[in-house]
Amino acid sequence: MPKVGLFIPCYVDQLYPQVGLSTLRVLRGLGLDIEFPEEQTCCGQPMANSGCGEDARPLAEKFLRIFARYDHVVAPSGSCVSMVRNHYEQWLAGKPGFEHLRDNTFELCEYLVDVAKVTRVDGDFARKVGLHMSCHGLRELRMASSSERMVAPFNKVKVLLEQLRGIQLVDLKRPDECCGFGGTFAVAEEAVSCLMGQDRIRDHEQAGAEVIAGFDMSCLMHLEGLLTRDKKPMQVLHVAQILEHARLS
Amino acid sequence: MKGHAESAAPFVANEPRAHWHDESLWFVRVKRDRQAATVPEWEDLRSTASAIKAHTLSRLADYLEEFERNATANGIHVHWARDGAEHNAIVLKILNDHGVKRLVKSKSMLTEECHLNPYLEAHGIEVTDTDLGERIVQMRKEPPSHIVLPAIHLKKEDIGELFHIQLGTEKGASDPKYLTEAARGHLRERFLGAQAGLTGVNFAIASTGGVVVCTNEGNADMGTSLPPIHIASMGVEKIVPRPRDLAIFLRLLARSATGQPVTTYTSHFHGPLPGGEMHVVIVDNGRARILGEEAFRRSLSCIRCGACMNTCPVYRRSGGYSYGYTVPGPIGSILGPQRDPAAYGSLPFASSLCGSCTDVCPVKIDLHHELLAFRQELAKKGYLPWQKRFSMWVMGQVLARKWAFLLGGRLMRTLMPLLPRALVYGPWNPWGKQRELPPMPRESFRDLLKKEPR
Ligand code: SF4
Repeated sequence: MPKVGLFIPCYVDQLYPQVGLSTLRVLRGLGLDIEFPEEQTCCGQPMANSGCGEDARPLAEKFLRIFARYDHVVAPSGSCVSMVRNHYEQWLAGKPGFEHLRDNTFELCEYLVDVAKVTRVDGDFARKVGLHMSCHGLRELRMASSSERMVAPFNKVKVLLEQLRGIQLVDLKRPDECCGFGGTFAVAEEAVSCLMGQDRIRDHEQAGAEVIAGFDMSCLMHLEGLLTRDKKPMQVLHVAQILEHARLS
Repeated sequence: MKGHAESAAPFVANEPRAHWHDESLWFVRVKRDRQAATVPEWEDLRSTASAIKAHTLSRLADYLEEFERNATANGIHVHWARDGAEHNAIVLKILNDHGVKRLVKSKSMLTEECHLNPYLEAHGIEVTDTDLGERIVQMRKEPPSHIVLPAIHLKKEDIGELFHIQLGTEKGASDPKYLTEAARGHLRERFLGAQAGLTGVNFAIASTGGVVVCTNEGNADMGTSLPPIHIASMGVEKIVPRPRDLAIFLRLLARSATGQPVTTYTSHFHGPLPGGEMHVVIVDNGRARILGEEAFRRSLSCIRCGACMNTCPVYRRSGGYSYGYTVPGPIGSILGPQRDPAAYGSLPFASSLCGSCTDVCPVKIDLHHELLAFRQELAKKGYLPWQKRFSMWVMGQVLARKWAFLLGGRLMRTLMPLLPRALVYGPWNPWGKQRELPPMPRESFRDLLKKEPR
């Protein structure tokens, strides 16, 4: 059985512990051997995306030290996984174990579909759900076809969710528009970021969604922040939280 | 110079207008999607276009010389300009040599980049931009706010008001057909009175020594068939090796730009009118330097279709002027800071790195990766504000040490709920201006993990 290292992004660890727990439970439910290496902190994305690559380097090196020994690394975040897979090269190229790490780090849904080969999801979720396809998972990990590219449509998150009993996945006018989070962008470009978030929410509203589901808590944190401020009843949930009570096989 | 966020502020603050701008551009994006979807080999076209551009850029000097040889043989005068100033001086000399006082132009972002209009006007030449959108912004003494749709930031009511003042149309008129007719009449006079025509160049063909200009209004053709002198201004990167390459690029260009199968007028110029003169001015203006930069070289493949602007969620909501550079949007945010990192250093940060631009780009420029790479470049060269550098350094130091990370997290989660709201949501907290901070859980994931049965 493969040994799986669980990577819980820094802010999920501190602010959204339930999402970490749901991820763990989903993976354990598959009978996988999961370990959470205590030494982990952050993938380094905030520093790297701000241009301060040198401040991210030690974190990339640390990540390699901690996770190189696992067969697979799984994280409930498309954007952190993209960091490892597409951006660690600049600091770790040629280091022992890096290629293995890069090729074996997965976002949760991607892992369930591509590696664990889950084909059946047995459970209930009788809600109207809008799926927010976070950009990094979408266009950097190719977890789904993006609307710009003329390729056969696919969606690795949807194939899991749509099997839940009672779930109603609603149609958005702009299926993969950015929510405006963008890491430090959310602060540096506060006004544009919030307008993007409001528009994202309105799209879910017009589609009749009760829940905005996603696989990146950072986007959901931004949307939740707007929803709560405006006292809107819509809820945000990480896909792991939705899948937690289902049986996957 | 103001940063992007600051320049965008007034545009975003007018929310109904920002929404209207967003919807107008999204409409074009959807049209583009529909057109792209009718071409089964779309993704292959993109790959081929990207490969042709990469190849051409790798032998740029050879192809430019081949072009010069063949163009000269066609009777075209070829000029070389190192920068905008040289370009402008060459154009002025040609005009002066022929006593030209009235020039009509068709759309050219290169001449915008070189600031040709004010230069010629200062030398006593009447310059008329003849693309309708360009004429509108020219009348308003504004630069274009989009490279394909120069007046996309204006509503028809704004244009009605402008034409009322400038062209004497009825006050309050906003019917597009009526306004277009008025503009046509006005432009016709300018065409008839012009002594020379200047166009941009969409593609220059090395093996034939001719240039191709694409417009939807036919204004390039009007401007080059009436007056005897035709000046075509082109950036060095506009070259393609052979005429057959157009089969790839022309299919991609119009679909990506406006969602049309092909531009209404695609005109090939291979020599002067009988008894006239044709000049091509080949301009570098910083492009050779970009060619030398491995990480950003691909930005030179740009065919200026504007698709990355139409799709960019930031551009759509902040408008072209927020970028402060001739070419706005994702591609402008790479080209601008290459030219002047001090002036345009905020542009690579005016992106959520969503990557939509990269996926929409017909020549597959990895736009969002170049934006990210440019952020590192700016940091290396010392263009980041010290506050940002310092806070990122602190963050890196904390996150590199587990104890510091855990302590910091614990402090935040315990203290935040105890602090008075006014303290947490002060003006120093841009996150909290329109958004709530996440609820602070008592325990972290690793705390909870200890209680989780194995
Ligand atoms: S970068 Fe690509 S999408 Fe943007 S204008 Fe150039 S060719 Fe078009």
